[in-house]
Amino acid sequence: MTGWQTLFYKEILRFWKVGFQTVAAPVMTAILYLLIFGHVLEEHVKVYDTVSYTAFLLPGLIMMSVLQNAFANSSSSLIQSKVMGNLVFILLTPLSHRAWFVAYVGSSIVRGLVVGAGVLLATVWFTDLTFVAPVWIAVFAFLGAGLLGSLGVIAGLWAEKFDQMAAFQNFIIMPMTFLSGVFYSIHSLPGFWQQVSHLNPFFYMIDGFRYGFFGQGDVSPWLSLAIVGTAFLAVGGLALHLLKSGYKIRH
Amino acid sequence: MPAVSFQNVSKTYITSRGEFPALKGVTFDIEPGEFFGLLGPNGAGKTTLISILAGLSRASSGHVTVHGADVQADYAQARRRLGVVPQELVFDPFFTVREALRFQSGYFGIRGNGDWIDELLDGLGLADKANANMRQLSGGMKRRVLVAQALVHRPPVIVLDEPTAGVDVELRQTLWQFVSKLNKEGSTVLLTTHYLEEAEALCGRIAMLKRGELVALEKTSDLLQRASANVLRFKTDHPLPAALAAQARVTGRFVQLPAHDALEVERILAQVREAGVPVEDIEISKADLEDVFLDLTGSKPAEVAA
Repeated sequence: MTGWQTLFYKEILRFWKVGFQTVAAPVMTAILYLLIFGHVLEEHVKVYDTVSYTAFLLPGLIMMSVLQNAFANSSSSLIQSKVMGNLVFILLTPLSHRAWFVAYVGSSIVRGLVVGAGVLLATVWFTDLTFVAPVWIAVFAFLGAGLLGSLGVIAGLWAEKFDQMAAFQNFIIMPMTFLSGVFYSIHSLPGFWQQVSHLNPFFYMIDGFRYGFFGQGDVSPWLSLAIVGTAFLAVGGLALHLLKSGYKIRH
Repeated sequence: MPAVSFQNVSKTYITSRGEFPALKGVTFDIEPGEFFGLLGPNGAGKTTLISILAGLSRASSGHVTVHGADVQADYAQARRRLGVVPQELVFDPFFTVREALRFQSGYFGIRGNGDWIDELLDGLGLADKANANMRQLSGGMKRRVLVAQALVHRPPVIVLDEPTAGVDVELRQTLWQFVSKLNKEGSTVLLTTHYLEEAEALCGRIAMLKRGELVALEKTSDLLQRASANVLRFKTDHPLPAALAAQARVTGRFVQLPAHDALEVERILAQVREAGVPVEDIEISKADLEDVFLDLTGSKPAEVAA
């Protein structure tokens, strides 16, 4: 086994051992969102002519779960290891910054996809969801999880206390996911807020992902791919750079 | 080629109160197979030096190599040759002892390391804890796991940073037996400790740091000779005259003063008598490492590390 595979496997085992908290709980939350918002808004919101609101909502909820859990995985692992001091075991090894990146981001992608699949499996029976372009679904799920996993690495390196991590999560990640069109089409927004939404990379992840289910979206999936892909390269590149320079972990 | 080489290593921390030089041009080598002691009072720079060696910290200037591999430029090779037991009692609460050791092997690219892991568990008295979660272990047991984790990849150089701070007698014996065995089999050992009797008993050669500078680098036996050949010991419950108190080593009721010859013994006793300090159990004996330490660093080693 080469080093990065061990770290990757260790990171997967870490969240899997507390699966109730890291997998079952977010699936449950997504189901509750679907039941409540689906029930309340089903008759009031019509996004696409051929798609019920519950069906429209589901891909958004799945993607939101993928993104939030991918972020939570790498960020919480790093901050916990830093606070507990056991990051030293990895710092003492010959693992390169690339190995760290692949292991932490890779395991975040796995957790994001596992939770996303869990939400899908638990809820698909209640809706008339279609799968028009599965390749787009896979591409955006993977890229989105990778982007948020990389962002989690950055946040995990940056934060020195759990409080700072909570701030990052609640004041950056949460608003950006909620204001990205998970619960609505941005076409229903006033012009100004439509423009603002177009500046939010989370919007393109959700919209591209949703395109895979319905074959229609607020913007072209190619535009979404370009923006999400560029964002992934930029954020991933920054995470790699911080790991290489030992930002806040090697003094 | 030396096992470990420190070449002109400096480290300056930038703090809110300005620059703080933790290490100032430290240079020395440790030869393969040595049992080497690194001593110094708190804040002397021991842990900083070890952190730089281990790659946990970066030197502001200078070079450190492990069997020729630079700890920065060729970090992967250097870290493979190094087994570091950290000072802090850290552990990963998610895993069992055996899992922790298997992961640590894996990080070094070693698979199928079960036999060596079993040997480590046996040698460190951990065999019956192999499948216990790290959280369930006592402090002493956690310390043993730290030692095992540092040795999973069979490093030729073993670094122990205050390994016996706050540890019971049984573990100290287990640990020193095990590490001495590895040393006899050819491993190089670098030890920092506050327990000077341990350093005196185990280390063939010793370096002493004081405020980031090397103040001694000698064979332990030479170092012991270098100090005042004799010391005067006695017990008292009263405060000493200021002139004597400055050079005395006081442990509870015991007072110890350097006394090179009979004249000095007389002089000390005269001062004590003049000050009206009652003393009992007077004896003259050979200086030990703590006297040398006091002499060279001008400070007392902490009784127990924080």
